Formats: sequence, structure tokens, C-alpha cells
Amino acid sequence: MTTSTGTDAGLVAAEDVLLFVNAAITATGQREFRSSAYQQQLSLDFLHEYVRVNYRRVYAASLALDINDHNAARIVRGLLENAADASAEEKRTEGRLIAARLAKLPPQRVYRLFRELRAAKVNNRRTRAIMRDWLAARPDPAHDAVKYRSGLKTAARHAHLGLDGAVEPGGSGELGDFLFRPRHRPGYRNQLLDAWRRAHYAQGAVEELPFTVAEGFAARRGVKREAFLERMAPRMTRLERLRTLTQRTGAGAAPLPADVDLTVMPLTRLALFVLSLGFEARSAHREELTRALRTAARRAAGPHAGSWGRVAAVLDDSYSSSGSGEKRRRPLAVALACHFLLEALAAPGAYTPLWTSDHTDPLLVRPWGPTPLGFRVLDALEHGPDRLVIVSDGWDNAPPGLAGEVLRVWRTRLDPDRHTAVVHVNPVYDADTFDVRRLSPSVPTTGVRDAEDLPALVELAGFAEGRTGAAALYTYLDRQVARFVGDGGAGTAS
Amino acid sequence: MNRLELTGLTTRPAQVWGGIRLVPLVRERPVEGLRLHEELYTDHGYGVVDVGPRTHYASVIPHGFVADWSGEGEQSVAYGTQLGAAPGSSAGSRPAPRTARLQRHRHHRMAKRRPGDRLRFLPLHLALEGYLSLHFGGPAVAWEEWSRQTLRDGLSPRAEDAYMGWSVRGLGAALRVFEIHPDQCGVMVYAADALAAAFVVPHPDDYRLLHPSLVEDLYGELIHQYALYGAPVPEFAARIPDGPHLGTLAGLRAAARAQEREWAEAHDTLFAGELLDSSYAFDRVYRMGPFTLWRFLPPFLPGGAGQHIGETITDHKGQVAYLKTFRLSEAQIRRGHLLHRLTDADWRLSRAAEALGTTEEEVVRRIRAAGFESLLKARS
Repeated sequence: MTTSTGTDAGLVAAEDVLLFVNAAITATGQREFRSSAYQQQLSLDFLHEYVRVNYRRVYAASLALDINDHNAARIVRGLLENAADASAEEKRTEGRLIAARLAKLPPQRVYRLFRELRAAKVNNRRTRAIMRDWLAARPDPAHDAVKYRSGLKTAARHAHLGLDGAVEPGGSGELGDFLFRPRHRPGYRNQLLDAWRRAHYAQGAVEELPFTVAEGFAARRGVKREAFLERMAPRMTRLERLRTLTQRTGAGAAPLPADVDLTVMPLTRLALFVLSLGFEARSAHREELTRALRTAARRAAGPHAGSWGRVAAVLDDSYSSSGSGEKRRRPLAVALACHFLLEALAAPGAYTPLWTSDHTDPLLVRPWGPTPLGFRVLDALEHGPDRLVIVSDGWDNAPPGLAGEVLRVWRTRLDPDRHTAVVHVNPVYDADTFDVRRLSPSVPTTGVRDAEDLPALVELAGFAEGRTGAAALYTYLDRQVARFVGDGGAGTAS
Repeated sequence: MNRLELTGLTTRPAQVWGGIRLVPLVRERPVEGLRLHEELYTDHGYGVVDVGPRTHYASVIPHGFVADWSGEGEQSVAYGTQLGAAPGSSAGSRPAPRTARLQRHRHHRMAKRRPGDRLRFLPLHLALEGYLSLHFGGPAVAWEEWSRQTLRDGLSPRAEDAYMGWSVRGLGAALRVFEIHPDQCGVMVYAADALAAAFVVPHPDDYRLLHPSLVEDLYGELIHQYALYGAPVPEFAARIPDGPHLGTLAGLRAAARAQEREWAEAHDTLFAGELLDSSYAFDRVYRMGPFTLWRFLPPFLPGGAGQHIGETITDHKGQVAYLKTFRLSEAQIRRGHLLHRLTDADWRLSRAAEALGTTEEEVVRRIRAAGFESLLKARS
């Protein structure tokens, strides 16, 4: 990384980097509680361009951090669209990072990225190689051809793919015909491809297809939704099962899904699912849900479990944590997930949760009321914790700015030796300030998308405090890149 | 009774969005025995009210309020609610009933008794009609200056302009992102720190339902312009001054509480002073058990602070259970002032000029400038 250390320029650069990382973790270009999708996109567009032009290596390196998929795809696009700005060596590093990141992205996002690259007319040798390698690493090309038909078609056309030996193991040219000359063959040897062909006239074949594809066929045939969902349940993915849960079981009953093991779900996803249930369902299945959340939290805590000592958390369940129509209850779900994660991270019995609404039952939490963050922080500090974690969107309004004042006085007068580590994690990107909203300059703030990343984020927040220099930040980034590329190389098949 | 008593309501920290400042008012205990419901009118907002024999009031009337003093507020539902079967039962599988369309109708009277202990009234229009009908009858003595139409019909037709809430820039967004306090029973709306409206209801549940109705209310021209051209207003962020008492957490907490108290006092005296300190002319509209519905007019003093018209429901002790106000613009205050002076002078121009400390020509000019030209005889 660059060698500027200690100078003002270096500090500014470090600030810019953290700013961008916070944005890349939280912002998804969707509507938030306080800003529209357009404002978010406009703000994010500027930030991407600014960082890409000024700190290209950092821009690429942020692919190795826990940024969200939306920004990962945008960074990849930005790097490929502006390849001329990079030197040959930079391109090599970028290429490795891009390959490792694409392997981790969900396929629909990658296909969308390819489509955008085609629309932007980015078609150089490097881009084609990246597309070829990613497609070659896909486990089941036939499945992709059926489920992401237009995506694969676009990619194959754009990357000049032969669709013979490289992608298709059989080498019979079936895939090429399936995508580009669908009526050319009387049948396919591959079961899935053939099912798609038969589904056009035989209802039995519909059930052999992936759920989203079958949905289209079922709608065209006028199959009753309930019966269709019942039959398709075994072929759904886990999220599809959860999404169709109320449709399958009837809205009133809302039992827990028998066919989904909640304990293996990622923590924040699980929290979102729990919050999507009504109060009655949540209290009826209190044990199962709590156990699932605890298990997921312990798994997310991993080696850090029980190592954080006495922990107090201020968790925001004010009305603004309801998010928006596009990000429903996301801030609240992050707070709920953080609650269980911190419970696992703290020493046994040394965890104090404080919700802003004063409710004490985390499972029945709801977005309601104002945000008296200042008084909750005071309550939390009275417990004398080793670590104070604030999960909030930073809009402290009852009274405004009190949390910042309390933390300032705490830092300057009551705890100048920093016995208590305070960190503020913020799930909402503030479009106007190009950053997540801060409570106080004396408290490090970092963006959060999934509560599982909390231990890593707390490490990152250390750099925002300004006590570690810019050099340390760049070393950290280099280490992350090395780890990420190493992982990605080993585990492309995952 | 000549003042508004907001006892029982506590001011909480304001929430700012752009140029709009919303100050929540919280009740420790809801007012016993009175609930307020909203009823929606679907005739595209256009409404006509018969207010007297051959007298009509026409305006955009998107909704009315129903005051219920039967005391069974907890169990009763708002007028127009449709009851459906539970989702699990056999009838529950049928599609949910469509939203009922209330009939298009002319409203009869601003306040109208409904079956049971209920009163329907048209919020703000009740107050506005009180302002419009100010000295509506016209001159009592047929002095030669007044036109024949004035002597025959009085001030009719009389019109004023107002803006709907959603055309006040930023108000809709401010109401949307506002975080309602658990016991909140009211709000004060400021545009560029000018008090635009005060709204108080008896029960927190009512407030939660009626909070969005603020965007359908009427706001004066002044508020519209302030919101359009005003810059974003600053937040009064808490400031804890350094001092020796900050050595402990308890000291810090006390300082934080003091901040909250200071804001409440500052708001009541500085911000809402113009509303709470003026004396009003109250006009009783309806008496419902222990409660009374009033509408009030300000003293119409030109060149001073903002003046508000409005309506209120008070209990037997004179405490406000319901309040809704409308800020008059400067021109509207002048019109009220002029009409008052003319009436005091028995509509005689020379005496009115004397009372106003000016000449007769100037009074004529003022009448024309105020938009009352049709009152005067056309002169060559």
C-alpha cells in the first residue's frame, strides 16, 4: 500500500478509506427510513467514483472486506470499466480479488453484473477471462441454463463462449442448442434441460424444475397456488421455503416451518425471519426461536465467544428502526442479532441489554417510539461495563445530541484512561454526509450490514478512533487481501 | 374563559426535518371519557356545508372528526369501521370486505349530533367559518358610502385562501419520519420556526391514528411561503457545560435532565408564547356532557406576533382536551382588525378614521386594499 504515514494527507486518506468502507458495508441503493432510493444511489455513485479515481488500490482491496453484495458488484464493474487507469501489476491483484469475490457472490448478482458489463460495452480480454473462469467454476451448468437462462445466454454471447468443452462436461453441444436454438433438438439427454422442454406441454415436468422457473410455468397453466407450493416444497431453497411459509400454511396459524432447520441459518437472516412473525407466533414458539437465535449467535461468535468480559449494549428499537418498504425492519433485525451475538461474546452472565424503548423482552421487540439514546447510554455506563456497544442509526432525538454529549463528558471527565471501550455500529447509510451518522467524534462509528461481522467491525472501528495511524490501516487492508485471496483460491468450488 | 390552558401536557424535545420542527406534547394520563375518531369523505375533498338559512360554506373537506363522550371509548370503534370474520373461521376465507364508500353528501352544520353520545364536527373549518363570518351581516346603518349589495347581502361572498398540508414543502416528509412518543397526545408544528399549527387530542391512541391527518389540514399562506423559502432550521442539540458537578455519573444524569427541562421551558415561553399568552374571544359551539366545544378568535392586533384562530374542547375545569389551530397571515389579521374597527364605529367612515387615527380617504384606501372593494359604492 502507499507509504504516507503520519502526514495530514495520510490521515485524510485513511478517513476517506473508512468512509468508503462504511458506505460499502451499509448502503445498498435502496430506500431507507429517511432517504429515498434516488438519494442513496446518487450519494453512492459519487462515493464510488471518488474512491475509484483517488484510491484505486484501496477500492480494489475493499473487495476483501465484509462489504455487501451490491457494492461488491459495483466495485467489480467499476474496476473492469476503467481498466486503463491501472498498471499491469495492479490488474493482476485486482483480477485475483475479483475472481475470489465473484466466487462468493450469489449467482443472480453475478449474472446481473455480466449483463451490466454488456450494456456498458466492456468487452476486453480480461473481462472475458473473468467471465469464462467464473462460468467454468459453476457446479451445474444445466441448472444455471434453466434457472438463469437469459443471464447465461447474455454472458455466453458477450464472452464469446463456445459452450462446448469448457462449460459443459459432456461436450455434446446440448447447452448451446438449449440456449440459442431451443427447437433444434427433439430432446435432451440432460434431465433438467429436457424437463424444461417438456414443461411447455406436460404438467408433470414442471415439478422437476427449480422453484422460480416452475412458478412461471404454473402461472401459465393456472395451477392453484396452494397445491403448487405443496408439491414444490421439496425443491425449494431454504429462503424460498421461508418466504412462502405463510402461503403454504395459511396466514392465521403461522407455525414454524417443519422443513427448515432454523439453527443453521445465518444470524441476521434468522433475526429478520423472527421479526417477520407476529407477536402471537413469536410468543408461541419462544423456546424454538430463542434456541435457534442462540445457536446461530454462538456459531457466529466462534473463537471469540465469552472473551469480551462485561458487555453493555444500547439497542435502538425506535420507530426509525422499521427501515423502509425495501429494507423492512433491517436496522431492528441487526439490533436483535447483535443482542444475541453480544450475549454469546460476553462473559457468562455479564451482559446487559438496554433497548431504547425500555422493553426487556428481546423476542417481542417492535419498532416504536422515539430514540432517547443519551439516557440509555447513561444507564449502560452505570453498569460499569468493559465494553459498550451502541447499535443505532444515530438519529438521537429525545433530546437530540445528548448521547454525543454524554459520551464526550464520559471520555474527557469520567473515564479518561479508556477503561471502557465504546463502539457505535450503525446499520443505516446517511446519503447526505456520505457516511453512517456519528454520535460523537470521540466514539468510533462503523457501518454494519450483518451482525455476524461484529468482531471484525470492532477491529475496523479501532482505526476510526484515530489512535492508530494510517499505516496500520493499510497493513490491515493488505492482510485482509492476502487472507481473502488465499481463501478464495482454495475454495472456488464452494 | 379567555385563554388556552395546556395543563397536563408536557413538552418533549423537538424533532427537526428540513425547515419543519415538530414538538411533541405528552400527557401523563389521557383525558377520561372523551375519544376522537376520524371519518373520511370521499367526494374528492370538495365539500359544502349548510351553516344557516341560505348560507353555505364551501371548501376542501377531506375528513371530519367524531367526538365520543359516551365513555366507552376503549371498546367502541370508529364510525365507518367494517367488522369481518376472524381469519380462521369458515366465513373468514372469503375475501376481505372492500372499503366502504361513504355517500356523497352536503354536510349539515359544522357540528352535528350523531346517534349516541357523539358529535361530528369539521376540524379547522369550524374555526375558519368563525373567521369568515366575522361581521358577516355588514353595515347596520345604511350610510351612503356602502354599496346597495353590501346593504342587502352583507359581506357575502367572503373567501380566504389556504394551502393543503401536502403542498407545504417538507411537511409530509417531516410527519412521516417523526417518531411518535408512547404517551403523545399532541404536536406543535413549526415552519421556519413560525408556529403553524397546534394539535392536541384526548388519548394517545387517537393521536397515533390522527397524526397523518395533519398533512390534510389547511395552512395559511405565510406558512406555505416560510416552508418554501426558509432554510433548514437547526436542532437544539443538548449541550452539557463543563463544571465541577460532572465528576460522577449521577451528576452527568442530573445535567442531562436539566437540559430536557430547559428545552421544555424555553419552548413554552419562547416558541409557543404567542399562542398561549394571547387572550381570545371564545364562542361556544356545543356542550357535550362535561365537555364543551368552542371556537376562538384572536384580538386581531396588527403588526404584532402571529395570531391563531382555532377550535378546542375543554373539560369542566377548562383544561384543553382537544385543540386545533390555524395561523392567520398578516393580511388576514389586518382584515379582521379593519372589520372590528368598522363595526365599533357603527360602519361610519369618519368615526372609524378617528378610531384608527387617520383620515377618511386613508380608511377607504385600506378597505379597498384589504379586498373589500365591493363594499363601497363605486365612485367616479
